[in-house]
Amino acid sequence: MNLHEYQGKEILASYGVGVQRGIVATTPDEAVEAAKKLSEQTGTEWWVVKAQVHAGGRGKGGGVKLAKSLDDVRNIASEIIGMNLVTPQTSKEGKKVHQVLIAEDVYYPGESETSEIYMSVLLNRASGRNMIMYSTEGGMDIETVAEQTPHLIFTEEIDPKVGIQGFQARKIAFNLGLSGTAFKEMVKFVMNLYKAYDGIDASLFEINPVLKTSDDKILAVDAKVTLDDNGLFRHKDYAEMRDKREEDPIDVEAGEAGLNFVNLDGNVGCMVNGAGLAMATMDIIKMAGGNPANFLDVGGTADAKRVETAFRIILRDPKVEAILVNIFGGIVRCDRVAQGIVDAYKNIGDIKVPIIVRLQGTNAEEAKTIIDESGLEVHSAILLKEAADKVKELVG
Amino acid sequence: MSVLVNKDSKVIVQGFTGSEGSFHAGQMIEYGTNVVGGVTPGKGGQTHLDKPVFNTVAEAVKKTGADVSIIFVPPAFAADAIMEAAEAGIKVIVTITEGIPVKDMVIVKEYLKDKDCRMVGPNCPGVMTAGEAKVGIMPGFIFNPGRIGIISKSGTLTYEAVDQITKAGMGQSTAIGIGGDPIIGTSMKEAVELLMNDPETDGIVMIGEIGGQMEPDAARWIKEYGNGKPVVGFIAGETAPKGRTMGHAGAIVGGSDDTAQAKKAILRECGIHVVDSPADIGAKMAELIGVTA
Repeated sequence: MNLHEYQGKEILASYGVGVQRGIVATTPDEAVEAAKKLSEQTGTEWWVVKAQVHAGGRGKGGGVKLAKSLDDVRNIASEIIGMNLVTPQTSKEGKKVHQVLIAEDVYYPGESETSEIYMSVLLNRASGRNMIMYSTEGGMDIETVAEQTPHLIFTEEIDPKVGIQGFQARKIAFNLGLSGTAFKEMVKFVMNLYKAYDGIDASLFEINPVLKTSDDKILAVDAKVTLDDNGLFRHKDYAEMRDKREEDPIDVEAGEAGLNFVNLDGNVGCMVNGAGLAMATMDIIKMAGGNPANFLDVGGTADAKRVETAFRIILRDPKVEAILVNIFGGIVRCDRVAQGIVDAYKNIGDIKVPIIVRLQGTNAEEAKTIIDESGLEVHSAILLKEAADKVKELVG
Repeated sequence: MSVLVNKDSKVIVQGFTGSEGSFHAGQMIEYGTNVVGGVTPGKGGQTHLDKPVFNTVAEAVKKTGADVSIIFVPPAFAADAIMEAAEAGIKVIVTITEGIPVKDMVIVKEYLKDKDCRMVGPNCPGVMTAGEAKVGIMPGFIFNPGRIGIISKSGTLTYEAVDQITKAGMGQSTAIGIGGDPIIGTSMKEAVELLMNDPETDGIVMIGEIGGQMEPDAARWIKEYGNGKPVVGFIAGETAPKGRTMGHAGAIVGGSDDTAQAKKAILRECGIHVVDSPADIGAKMAELIGVTA
């Protein structure tokens, strides 16, 4: 589950991590109020208005702007709230902005130069341990840094037996070229950042940039925080931070029906039991000359109700020209699934696209008979190859 | 004899009396697996499915000599159950549970390092040696005892491969479902190693998916080992979009090196017979082994 920048910063701050302070606003009026309040609290004279959407690269799309007066705050907030923000990480249509974060200006001039640092915490899947990845090249896209100057990216792995140790945080601060107060602040920043990651069952922290201010404070200027969905049962308060507006509404509805669904751009819908087989089915559609319209795992119990919900969700996409159902019945009996499909089809009534049903496993032959004798516009198959050929016939 | 489990394995079921545990333990017994009992804390002394129930794994091991455990414990308690099994001296731990927090698995992985045991899973369909022992949730009837080993990150895609192997006139030695989570007990490379060293396995089917580096790691090992046995490979998710989790927690394309295309290229370089369509797995293996159905 992804969090907004302001939510991530709230959590980080509660663990003692230094953050660029801010107040969230949903209207231009609220934005001005937030700006005034923020100046009282922090003394900031300028403000940064930041679109709160679940996508990176907001600045490039015009979703992050500096305001040097309260009028600026109002004008920029009016412009950003309600806009469809297009960034390199969103679709062409962009993401609608519902709220902005009014943040303090932390790039003020002072005794030393400011510098931007990159820092993330994530799982190293190869070792099964968490690691901190960091670089002096903050503020840039880390993938670009990895391509152009890979020697400027460092990693520090954390031993799960003892957690992060002081020497590791010091090593990071030294490698970042810090000294004096900034060094001490960075050590504290790193220690608390990792404790936050561990404490909230996160699966990714990406802080880009971490800023060394001109008066040697270390602050998280942005915060991309992803929580491990499997750990949410331990964190009801964070689970409530979920902003469903940021997710594809069809994905949300499918999730509530117990279906694992991802909306895609193609013309052939699919319904499959099991995630691996679902991905493989999408690949088959592509090889047959179509394009998958979705990923859909109906899970272990492909009963009539779920099948019907799945059909309804797939059919809502006007681009869908055909649907491939691919069920390998291990524990579930194919004849029952077939009956579920026939019932769902009749309940929905007006299905205009051809459906190919491939049922394999327990009672596959009986299942084929049920489909074939149903009188419906449904093509049946038992072998995966037959199903692929049928897709080709219909859309290839 | 095959690998990991066989007819002599003494299997206990953790989470024995729960609905999942009960149902699948029943299926395992029906297949002929030597299930010697189960563990449900607080229900020790009872009998379930005609087998004794114990409070702790240690007690179950002491009384039955169990050496294999299968775990159906709910996600919040699964890590604890795995460590209990390891501590009690279980040699092969098969974790079926889906949805264990990554944080818990980081600890489990570390805990198991100096224990004399192997863990398979979590979030996997289990391990099955055809005709001998079913320690998992795979449908028994699609198997046919034979000499092809199968390794897969996914459940139903494993069944697909098993079924195709059977229909193409071959059979299986052991099928190992390694699971689709970011942290798993037995890597693809380790599973391949077991089957490469198994005298009763002549060929290997290796089924992977997007995300992580398990398949390339296994492929490089196979090449180094001298491609001792033919390996048919398939990688699911060529059409999966970047940055979206496709069902399995670990199935997400992060960079350019964990896409299906990148993995297939490495597999091919390492001498693995990669099929682009999952419908061709059985036929490809039959061709390599020289079997005509």
